Formats: sequence, C-alpha cells, structure tokens
Amino acid sequence: MLLSFDNVTKTFPNGTLALDRVNLSIASGEFVSLVGPSGCGKSTALRLIAGLIEPSAGKVAWTHAKPSVGFVFQDAALMPWATVAKNVRLPLELTRKDDAEADRRVADTLELVGLTKFANAYPRELSGGMRMRVSIARALATDASVLLMDEPFAALDELTRDRLNDELRELWAVKNLTIVFVTHSVYESVYLSSRVIAMSQRPGRVIADIAMTEPKTRTRDFRMTTAYGERCRDVRSALQRELATP
Amino acid sequence: MSRERIWGYGLPALVAVATMGFWEWIVYALDIKHFVLPAPSAIAAAAIESWGSLMDATWVTIRVTVIAFVLALIFGIAFATLFAQSRTIERALFPYAVTLQVTPVVAIAPLILIWVGPDNAERAVLILATIVAFFPILANATLGLRSADRQLHELFDLYGASRWQRLIRLQFPAALPNILTGMKISGGLALIGAVVAEFAAGSGTSTGLAWVILQAGFNLKVAKAFAALGLLAAIGITIYALLSLLERHALKHWHESARPPE
Repeated sequence: MLLSFDNVTKTFPNGTLALDRVNLSIASGEFVSLVGPSGCGKSTALRLIAGLIEPSAGKVAWTHAKPSVGFVFQDAALMPWATVAKNVRLPLELTRKDDAEADRRVADTLELVGLTKFANAYPRELSGGMRMRVSIARALATDASVLLMDEPFAALDELTRDRLNDELRELWAVKNLTIVFVTHSVYESVYLSSRVIAMSQRPGRVIADIAMTEPKTRTRDFRMTTAYGERCRDVRSALQRELATP
Repeated sequence: MSRERIWGYGLPALVAVATMGFWEWIVYALDIKHFVLPAPSAIAAAAIESWGSLMDATWVTIRVTVIAFVLALIFGIAFATLFAQSRTIERALFPYAVTLQVTPVVAIAPLILIWVGPDNAERAVLILATIVAFFPILANATLGLRSADRQLHELFDLYGASRWQRLIRLQFPAALPNILTGMKISGGLALIGAVVAEFAAGSGTSTGLAWVILQAGFNLKVAKAFAALGLLAAIGITIYALLSLLERHALKHWHESARPPE
C-alpha cells in the first residue's frame, strides 16, 4: 500500500462540502483514474494527495515517507516568460538541486517526452500537446515516482489526446510510476488505467471501484474489444445510477 | 524599410511640415505680432540665440525627471511588493497612496518648499515630481504581483518554494507587463510633475525649462517660450519611445501584446 484516505472529509471555507468520508487506498505502481461529474471533488482528492490542502477531518496517510510527487495541471500551467528548458528546470531550482544535476535531469526528461529539440522554445511557440508534454516533463524532473494529473488532456483535440494517452501508458510502464489521473471522460479512464474509481456528485463519495489490470499493453485496437466496451458500460452505469437517485 | 514603416514615420512628418508651412504663412499673411504667436522661423532663431541657457535648463529638467522617475519606480515596486505580501498592509496603506495621488501637486508644493527650505527648490521639485509619478507604478505593480496564475502558485507550493523564490521567479515576471505599463505612464507624469512643480515651487535656485517659460513669458519673449516648449515635448517623446522600446524588448518572447503580426 502506498497511501490511503481514512474517512477523509473536506469542507471549504465557503461551506462547500467537497468530499464526504472518503475511504480508498492506492498501491504502488497502480494507474488509478478518478472519474465523475464536474465538481465532484476529484480535483480536491488530488490536491489532498499532493499535500496542497489539508483534510477537514480524517487522514491522508502515506505508508512510508511521502515520495517525490509530480503534479500536472489542467492547462499545462507553464511560465510563459521562460523557455521549455527553464520551465522543466523550475522544480529542481525550487528544491535547490545543484546545477550539473539539474542540467542532466532537464536533458533526460526532455528526451523522455521527445522535446529535446525544443529546449529553447517559448511556450507560445508550441502546440497544446507539446505544452502538455513539457508539463509532464516538469512533473517528472524531480524523479517523482508519483504523478498526479488533473484533467490534463481535457482541452486537447481528440487525435492529440489519443497519442498522449499512449505516451502516458508507456511512461507509466517504463518509469514504474504510480499515477492518479482525474478525468471526466469514462472512455479515457478505462483506456488508461489499471483501476477506475467512480465518484458521486458533490459531496464526493466513492461509488464504484473497478480494477482492470489486463491487458498490460494497450494499443488502439483495445478500444475495439468487448472487454473495453463492457468496462466502459460498467463505469457509465455506476455514474448514471448515481445521477438517477435524487 | 517596409511600406508600413514608411507610412508610420512619413505621415506624421508630412503633417509636421504642412503645419509649419501653414503656421509660417499665416503669421506673415495676417501680420500677427511676435509676442502673440511667433513664426517657426522666429522660434528657431530664438532657440539658436539662447542655445546655451536652453540646454542648461533642459539638462536640469531631464535630471529632475529621470531621478524622480527612478525614485517613483523604486518606491512604487517596494510598496507594491509589501502590499502583495499581505492584504492587511494593503488595506491599511493603500488609501494614503490614493490620497497622495488625488491631492493636486500644486497645493502641496508650498508646504514641501517650506520643509526643504526655499534655497533647495530643486529638491522640492524632485520630491513633488516623484509623488506625481509614484502612483501608476504602485497601482500597476500591485495588480501585476497578484495576477500570477493560480496553478503556478500551487506548483510553487508543491515544491515548498520560499516567499522570496515565489516573488522572484513567479510574481515579478508575471507582473512585468503591468510594471512596464505603469512605467510608461509614470515616465510622462515625472516630466509633467517636474514642470508643474517648478511652476509652483520654482525660484531662482531651480532653473529648468518651466522656469525658462515663466521668465520668457514675463519678458514677452514668446519665441523663446515656444522653443522651451518644443524641448519639453522632445523630452516627453524620447522618454515614451525609450520605455516602449524597453517594453517590446522585455516582452518579445512571451507576451501576447508583443506577438508579431501573422
């Protein structure tokens, strides 16, 4: 077990109850998707894992010491005034890595996402998909073993999104990452992850927890299989049951 | 040079030549007295005649304007940084910044002059010009320091950034477009402040271009006043051009305002 939510409740200062007594645990090496309607508290769950916010009640506990965590935001969230290399370098500078080490890691992560040639480009010169790759490289620059992603591909066109989905699966396998991926797309969650957690409307609760570790390698043909279709239906019906109850 | 640029410079130049010609002609045609409206040729002659004293006054005005601008920049950014650290400090102090801004500078000029002593008129002018130029930088920098992307703030949280790291690496760069806007406004205001303050507080010990205009007016040397006026306009245009150049250079890689036309 890597981390667990123990009866976690989160109420915001304005009174909004975002999460209501959520229990869940995530194992090392899992690719978990949190799927649910807008405003269901899935982003809140992600920020609780990152330690950006604290639970109002209950506990978010790491089994061992908290590992290095990377966060990928919704719209890439790059610094427009800095080059690709400087954006990727930021976490290393904030955590005070020495220069040689930082240079090496920037080069490595840029190569990993295939953007070595664009190291000196500015974000506005890049396409949406490339910007998202920079954002992923930045999250991995500190050698993060846990990657938290908040609807990262929602704003991309479908073809770019499919390609990035495949690249992300590959990164997950190659780097032995644990990924927690927030999305509102049922299809994306089923295609990507080894486990889908469906959440209710606000206040967010876990309403379905569906494992699907097979197949290990997924190509676009996987989208045509019966297994894929059935899992999509399972997740979708769990969400719809929830919507039907007043 | 592109067609676009030829038009950009050529058209205003053409207007200037046409206006000068018309001006020269109307002064002679209607026989307007030189102390009412001197012809451009008379202004040029007056400028050449008192070139030395005009240059001295120009230098005084430039010096006061530049120092006031730099002081306004330092104080404006310093206070904006302070405000960006805490809403409480901002709430406590901002009304006084506004008060300082809305109080007409001519009204406080006599007070300042008394405090620094009438023998230090140039210092009084400097203080007044700084007050005039201070607010746009403060207001714009405060807005800019607060306008950094929320997700980037969270990223800095995630890596435990210090307040200083956040300020230098996130808030200042994000505020740069606003600070440059403030600087463009304040550059012009510093000059206006220097002139108005000299009108209000000037004496024999502060002898910038405003003083030249006053003196020329008393002596009905209107051509000399016009020459000084031309120099003031030239200073103002130069300041604006330099700051625009700085803005374009600083933002060329990333800001939408500096994006080249497609």
